[in-house]
Amino acid sequence: MIRFLDVHKQFGERVVLNGFSLDVPDGKTTVLIGASGSGKSVTLKHVVGLLRPDSGSVEVDGRAVETLDTDALAALRREIGFVFQSAALFDSLTIEENIRLGLLRQQLDPDEINARVTRSLGIVGLADVLDRHPAELSGGMRKRVGIARAIALQPRYILWDEPTTGLDPVTSATMDLLMRRTRDELGVTSLIVTHDMRSAFTVGDRIAMLHEGRVRAQGSVAEIQASPDQLVQQFINGRPE
Amino acid sequence: MPTLNHLVSSVGIVTRRAARAVRDTATWRPLLLGQMQRLGVESVPIGLFIAVFTGIVLALLASYIFTGSVPRYFVGALVGKTIMMELGPVLTGMALAGRVGANIAAEIGTMKVTEQVDALETLAYNPDSYLVVPRVFAATVMFPVVTAFAVIVGVGAGWITATALLDLSNFEFAKGLKFFYHFKDLWFGLLKSASFGFAVALLGAHRGLSTTGGAEGVGRETTRAVVLGCEAILVLDAFWALVLL
Repeated sequence: MIRFLDVHKQFGERVVLNGFSLDVPDGKTTVLIGASGSGKSVTLKHVVGLLRPDSGSVEVDGRAVETLDTDALAALRREIGFVFQSAALFDSLTIEENIRLGLLRQQLDPDEINARVTRSLGIVGLADVLDRHPAELSGGMRKRVGIARAIALQPRYILWDEPTTGLDPVTSATMDLLMRRTRDELGVTSLIVTHDMRSAFTVGDRIAMLHEGRVRAQGSVAEIQASPDQLVQQFINGRPE
Repeated sequence: MPTLNHLVSSVGIVTRRAARAVRDTATWRPLLLGQMQRLGVESVPIGLFIAVFTGIVLALLASYIFTGSVPRYFVGALVGKTIMMELGPVLTGMALAGRVGANIAAEIGTMKVTEQVDALETLAYNPDSYLVVPRVFAATVMFPVVTAFAVIVGVGAGWITATALLDLSNFEFAKGLKFFYHFKDLWFGLLKSASFGFAVALLGAHRGLSTTGGAEGVGRETTRAVVLGCEAILVLDAFWALVLL
């Protein structure tokens, strides 16, 4: 389980997280929604130690991430896949090398590495792009390779940063399907940040809304859709103020 | 624009982190040869281009200076000494500060602003081991190699100029070259160039990892890396002269 416990984070004068607390239960997909710039991506980066809270704690299976030393943090990161908004593929490497890079850290035998590269690209429907470079792929394909890179690690958790932003409706629906498959077929616990409500309602088991640095509302999809909070209704229905 | 204190302190931090990352040989060793090729071997042409013209100008300058009572073979001495000890390492270093420093800063800076550095970390890699250490090692090793080629070609160009245009015999030029030669001339220049390579690569990596703000940020930090690299070369040049001469 991932737990955010009263997390505060600010950059200069700008307060981003202000007492943020949230539980991400095992085996479920939790979706964190919120306006652009509300701190959703910052929240994800705390889970893998890319950012450290000013106060409060982020726990993964009882381990407080901010207290881990370099080796313990590396071990934790091997259990977590991270799908970046921009895919963040390595430009200078081929698609195969991009996926292989993380696996080389896991000290697997070469046959196992090859099998995982092939299998993960097969899952995202891109088995034929092994030798290409990221610049030769479309935005949607790059995002799918980013997913393949994450699931090749066979992680317990996957953190998804705006997985459907900027994609056409068909590719977006494909991404939703992939996210559901990681939960249903691979048993992965996911934390997704998005402001795409169609996607959130499709893939989420639980939804939490981040507003002014803390959780404004949380619950099942049905509970959020029926929320009496005007701000939540305004956000999920896309109504202007 | 960072203050000098901030700059020195942040370079110190990067240096310490890189020193710790040296232990992670499994990460940086497989990348070393590729970086030596990119940063060193591919820099040889620019090093040689500069050396040829430096040699020619030095020979002409020496013949202009050494008139009257100064023996003509001093042309060989001046060309050899100056290229080996000063112009070879410094001019090659300056050219490589532009090429190598900019290359490192732009590449790492782009990786930073496109979250590739974050991605490396999430894959349990230390960016210092993966990005900084192989580049710093490669530049430290390859700057002296490029400089050695530049010295040979620079002296050769001066020699050819002296014999072809200045009516100096091969014997006279060789006599001047050998007369004042000490082994220290050579290792002094190569040691300096190794320190230039270390500084240029470290500063390039430092500015790259400090990049924020997209394409504009990459451009800004790349420029800063080149300027800082050139400044570091001049400071180190004076330092080694004070310490070793």
